[in-house]
Amino acid sequence: MNRIYFDNSATTAVYPEVREIMLRTLTEDYGNPSSMHMAGVEAEQYMKDARRAIAKTLHAKEKEIFFTSGGTESNNWALIGAAMAMKRNGMHIVTSAVEHPSVSETMKYLEEQGFRVTRVGVDWKGTVDPDMLEAALTPDTVLVSVMYVNNEVGSVNDPARIRALINRKCPGAVFHMDAVQAYGKYDIHVGRDGIDLLSASGHKIHGPKGIGFLYKKESVRILPFIHGGGQQDGMRSGTDNVPGIAGIGKAAEIVYAHLAENRKHLYELSAYLRQQLKKTDGVVLHGPEGEAGAPHIVNASFMGVGSEVLLHALEDRGIFVSAGSACSSHKRTKSPTLTAMKCPVSELDSMIRFSFCESNTKEEIDALLDALENLLPMLRKYRAR
Amino acid sequence: MVHSFLIKYGEIGIKGKNRNLFEDALARSVRQTLARVGEGYTVRKERGRIYVSCPEGYDAEAAVDALQHIFGIVGICPVEIRERTDPQQLREDILAYMDAEHPGFSGTFKVHAKRIEKTFPMSSMETDAYLGEAILEHFPEAKVDVHHPELMLDVEIRGEVYIYSKVIPGPGGMPVGTNGKAMLLLSGGIDSPVAGWMIGKRGVVLDAVYFHAPPYTSERAKQKVVDLARIVSRYTGPIWLRVVNFTDIQLYIYDQCPHDELTIIMRRYMMRIAEHFARENEDLGLVTGESIGQVASQTMQSLMATNDVCTLPVYRPLIGFDKNDIIDLSKKIGTFETSILPFEDCCTIFVAKHPVTKPNVGIIRRSEKKLEEKIDALVNEAIETAELIKISAD
Repeated sequence: MNRIYFDNSATTAVYPEVREIMLRTLTEDYGNPSSMHMAGVEAEQYMKDARRAIAKTLHAKEKEIFFTSGGTESNNWALIGAAMAMKRNGMHIVTSAVEHPSVSETMKYLEEQGFRVTRVGVDWKGTVDPDMLEAALTPDTVLVSVMYVNNEVGSVNDPARIRALINRKCPGAVFHMDAVQAYGKYDIHVGRDGIDLLSASGHKIHGPKGIGFLYKKESVRILPFIHGGGQQDGMRSGTDNVPGIAGIGKAAEIVYAHLAENRKHLYELSAYLRQQLKKTDGVVLHGPEGEAGAPHIVNASFMGVGSEVLLHALEDRGIFVSAGSACSSHKRTKSPTLTAMKCPVSELDSMIRFSFCESNTKEEIDALLDALENLLPMLRKYRAR
Repeated sequence: MVHSFLIKYGEIGIKGKNRNLFEDALARSVRQTLARVGEGYTVRKERGRIYVSCPEGYDAEAAVDALQHIFGIVGICPVEIRERTDPQQLREDILAYMDAEHPGFSGTFKVHAKRIEKTFPMSSMETDAYLGEAILEHFPEAKVDVHHPELMLDVEIRGEVYIYSKVIPGPGGMPVGTNGKAMLLLSGGIDSPVAGWMIGKRGVVLDAVYFHAPPYTSERAKQKVVDLARIVSRYTGPIWLRVVNFTDIQLYIYDQCPHDELTIIMRRYMMRIAEHFARENEDLGLVTGESIGQVASQTMQSLMATNDVCTLPVYRPLIGFDKNDIIDLSKKIGTFETSILPFEDCCTIFVAKHPVTKPNVGIIRRSEKKLEEKIDALVNEAIETAELIKISAD
């Protein structure tokens, strides 16, 4: 059976070029960049290349890119590192109610450390409400963290707009964005958009798992999070994950070389699926439409059919989707984003996320629609409780 | 340094003429289990005892853990073996043993010597007194208590001297394979693995059957059942698990029968299929995790209605247990953590809001008449397409 993979927000397959370069750093150029000899220098070259490639995609400086073990570490480091560095200026943090657990759980930790955290709500499309955000910012606010693209419904928060609010209300605050779902899908210009810290992950952009990076604006001070041998300017110790770093660098290079055409293709796929689902009975679409939303995520509730049941029924036909986000699907928790969007429980229980990559096709969506047409009447007839 | 274990067994000591069979079965279990821990363990039967000699540098923790999973073992005593010489040397060996195992001992104790090799110059009683005095002298705080000692020091004088004073509890029960085979209806819940464990503890070899209902139940739910069977198989030995696709039968019942009877009728078909496999495997009974009144399908009336379709005996070892007792047991045997992972099982997905709690067998049978057209074919298909998985501890 041909596999149709519509769960690219969970993870993606690596590009062949990524596999190539990783294999090379695992078998031939396997040196440790910290070594003084030739093998170390060679390995270091891979890191420099990767750092340069990534800095270019963000219009940032090379020394502003720090490699981490992934989005979760980047988010933890950015938030804890910035909060601890800023705490003499104030103890107030502002974030949104729909963040990924690697942000929302870190916020809980910071609360335990004595910080006050305000969580700003979202509108019914899942976008952070700018008026509420503005109202939440105070002169005491030292850190603002808002996700760029929501991982569940694909709602988008415009960094430039948030930066403008910060400049008006608390100009000294550090602005962090969790861009794990946005990196590789948007032309991010950290200077123009006024982003101080930005987290991204390798495996969402056809790079490997276990690697990510944190962009840190040169003038912004945060405390290191992992202590040790002083790698990466002492900011992030630990032997450099050269295969991962080479992999994410290559992936970033490729994905940004094709950004415009990828975006166009993904928007076409999303628009087509949305348009067809609108014609289907008993389907409620979530999140913003068209360019107001992310190019690659479509989220819908299939009323009267349990998310997991539909997921497994599609899986049976070789179609892989998500019931919520991959990180929370092991737990029986209701989607935090849809809950914050005030969706009724019946919609929460039946929501499915489709997320595309550039190699998905319209034909695959047609196969999905065929499968849905066959499955939905049957599954609605035998309603599981 | 302890390099030997004395295995104590309870009930099998009193089994008359069959005793040898049981002892052989236990020795075989011990041998097979330790072979998985490492090489070089030797197991021997001797005068109503089983001894395990451990190789140089063995992993004591792993060996004890493995022995604690063997049904039939009541206690595991780490034994120190010394060369047998004269009473003077024995006295020194005993004090050295006490210093190593019970440094600064200050409680009550009793020496229990057994002279098996009669060339030793002291009788058992004399040895008791001789060593007791030595210990009192060496540990001024210690006291003798022959009735309820805190420490019982066993000294067996054979070709060598065996010294032990600790008994690590084993699971008890009877050695695997001494009491026939049974078919366990295994779900992903808390109860059925415990029920299987309890029957296995009586020396019964287990087969198992699991009913899944894709897409209503997931691949992970099935994996969870496999994981549970693997934990149970650490005690019972390999388990052959049949995975039956129950979806079509379930949907057909849903179509044809009153919804409040769904669970009971479903259970009856599960029992029928389980019994089919049991007969095919020459199992002598079915095992379920039912307990009276726990859920609607486990009232006395419901149990009677499910039992109605079985001709083999159905063993329900948890029948009088409270849920908390079952949970305690599942924690003890190590299945609890896996059992509570949140995946759907096929008994719960189609449950009616108010299922019948007092089903009438006659009415249920009449409802099943509505299934006549297709049910046999569906049951046969489920049997034929069942997946067979061998599950063993390693």
